[in-house]
Amino acid sequence: MKALRSVTGKVAVLDRADVDTDQIIPKQFLKRIERSGYGQFLFYDWVRDPAFFLNDPENRDAPILIAGRNFGCGSSREHAAWALEDFGFRVVLAPSFGDIFWQNAVNTGLAPIALAPEAIAKLRDALVGGNELTVDLEQLRITHPSGLAIGFDFDAHAQETLVHGLDDVARTLHRADEITAFEAAHTTRFDARALTL
Amino acid sequence: MNGSTLFRKIWDAHLVAEEDGVPSLLYVDLHLVHEVTSPQAFESLRLNGRGVRRPDLTIATMDHNVPTVDGPITDDLARAQLDALAVNCDEFGVRLLATGSGREGIVHVIGPELGLTQPGMTVVCGDSHTSTHGAFGALAFGIGTTEVEHVLATQTLPQALPKTMRVTFEGELPFGLSAKDMVLAAIGQIGVSGGQGHVIEYAGPAIEALSMEGRMTICNMSIEAGARAGMIAPDEVTFAYLEGRPGVPSGAAWEQTVEQWRALRTDDGATFDREVVVDVSALKPQVTWGTNPGMVAPVDAVVPDPADFADPDQREAVQRALTYMDLAPGTPLVDIRIDKVFIGSCTNARIEDLRVAAKVVSGKHVADGVKAIVVPGSAQVKRQAEAEGLDEIFEAAGFEWRRAGCSMCLGMNPDVLGPGDRCASTSNRNFEGRQGAGSRTHLVSPAMAAAAAVAGHFADTRELVS
Repeated sequence: MKALRSVTGKVAVLDRADVDTDQIIPKQFLKRIERSGYGQFLFYDWVRDPAFFLNDPENRDAPILIAGRNFGCGSSREHAAWALEDFGFRVVLAPSFGDIFWQNAVNTGLAPIALAPEAIAKLRDALVGGNELTVDLEQLRITHPSGLAIGFDFDAHAQETLVHGLDDVARTLHRADEITAFEAAHTTRFDARALTL
Repeated sequence: MNGSTLFRKIWDAHLVAEEDGVPSLLYVDLHLVHEVTSPQAFESLRLNGRGVRRPDLTIATMDHNVPTVDGPITDDLARAQLDALAVNCDEFGVRLLATGSGREGIVHVIGPELGLTQPGMTVVCGDSHTSTHGAFGALAFGIGTTEVEHVLATQTLPQALPKTMRVTFEGELPFGLSAKDMVLAAIGQIGVSGGQGHVIEYAGPAIEALSMEGRMTICNMSIEAGARAGMIAPDEVTFAYLEGRPGVPSGAAWEQTVEQWRALRTDDGATFDREVVVDVSALKPQVTWGTNPGMVAPVDAVVPDPADFADPDQREAVQRALTYMDLAPGTPLVDIRIDKVFIGSCTNARIEDLRVAAKVVSGKHVADGVKAIVVPGSAQVKRQAEAEGLDEIFEAAGFEWRRAGCSMCLGMNPDVLGPGDRCASTSNRNFEGRQGAGSRTHLVSPAMAAAAAVAGHFADTRELVS
């Protein structure tokens, strides 16, 4: 996973609430067994509308996405985060996120940052005077060239994962002793391999 | 000491490690695996030289991609993904209940039916409807593919402590209504993001009166309210359902286990971050009219007018939804004609669901121009339904009787709606394009789907069954 310390670039705005992961990546693309190459299918049905935000050339190389509340609700498909990241997004700013999507995004190297609607409104006002933001994951700060600066809260564990591009599985594997100790103190209910079904 | 919630008791019992400022490491008792969200997880294990830590606590099945008609798989990508699951399970020592084994089915149907899902457990699966298993008093939630790998490799997950919500269903459910109507009404009240960051406990007399099938329907749709998980305290109904199933102990060990399970209840005086009350005593059958499960109304209502919504975001969302659904404000829901009917999915494809639907269509026939299919939730549900003659009732009424799978709930197999098709569906999501690009989904209970099939439009199921 790529480390994500700070991103500076254009901002694309998807002004809709409750965008579900079925829209971000429809089901027909979940049959692939690869982890890469999903960007070409991002918002597959919605991009057929010429007025859709991704069809504006200004938005196609934006690394930052501003979205509506409850972004990424619904299905657990991590392919949604993979598609956004593969398309070129590194940061999503929204009032709230679907819980599973939020974790999937962190695990994909895509920073899902929750901001109050008022903070998003301020950023959007500033973007009118110049379409660029810097999102600093180390300082937990978003700045606009006009001087506007907005701080944000972010889970410290997720911050570490993103800033250093860490593999969470490897981190937990280092704690094998603790897991073994837990297992020693707890009995198992069944062996799925041995059950007579 | 205020006492502890059911959720907190299970959470505390599964903490491998807890430190301030970092997520807790939570132990996983049961990991369910299917073909769609696991291939990249197994591949990463392979690339990093990792194994599956507890294959004895892991079980896989084939459900999302499988065809529900006889014959070979014609979709090369689907076949490759199913083949990959078989290869991965074989290589990593995971038991696979493959198509044709007689034990296959939708992952959230087979876990409970095999007695693998048990009270007090933590259950995860790379599928958002894993919340279903909470009906047994388990903490069960959906995870992404990276987390699937995490659980395969470590049998744990780092988790931040969620908030808690209790949804209490007061009153007695009227005749002809079901758990689906209860949960759709609750989502309408809470909203599709109202449960975000929360684990919901469902309680109250109307929950206690439900069968396990009904409780699974309720917990299944927790994610549609945005919640991480939903759960219901185990009771005699739970124990009676589980007794004798393959995964549970027998004899003296069974009695002892049940005694332990009886402690899995929220203590008097325990507090929740949020409390919601839903009165079901005057509830009517529910029908969704929009493009998320919170856009729902009683069957005797009309399609709402966007102008009636004060919040501009909501007004715009309703307008978009009505355009997509091709519905005019003020249209009575009973005047909406349908093209297709789907009775199936992890929400409503258990034996009780099929019995209720069969009762509605018995001696009647699907309306002209309507295509209707019934897809049992598992091979075992299918066998049981056939033993009870339900397949004959459905076929005599003009339904197609299919093999088990996820099918038209998400249309990854050939069971897909065409553009513009309008479907009465017992599934869980009415998102744009969910059942096929351009298709229009209305979520209803099995009894309401059956009534719509017969009438050719939405109808109050209570008028068809006395």
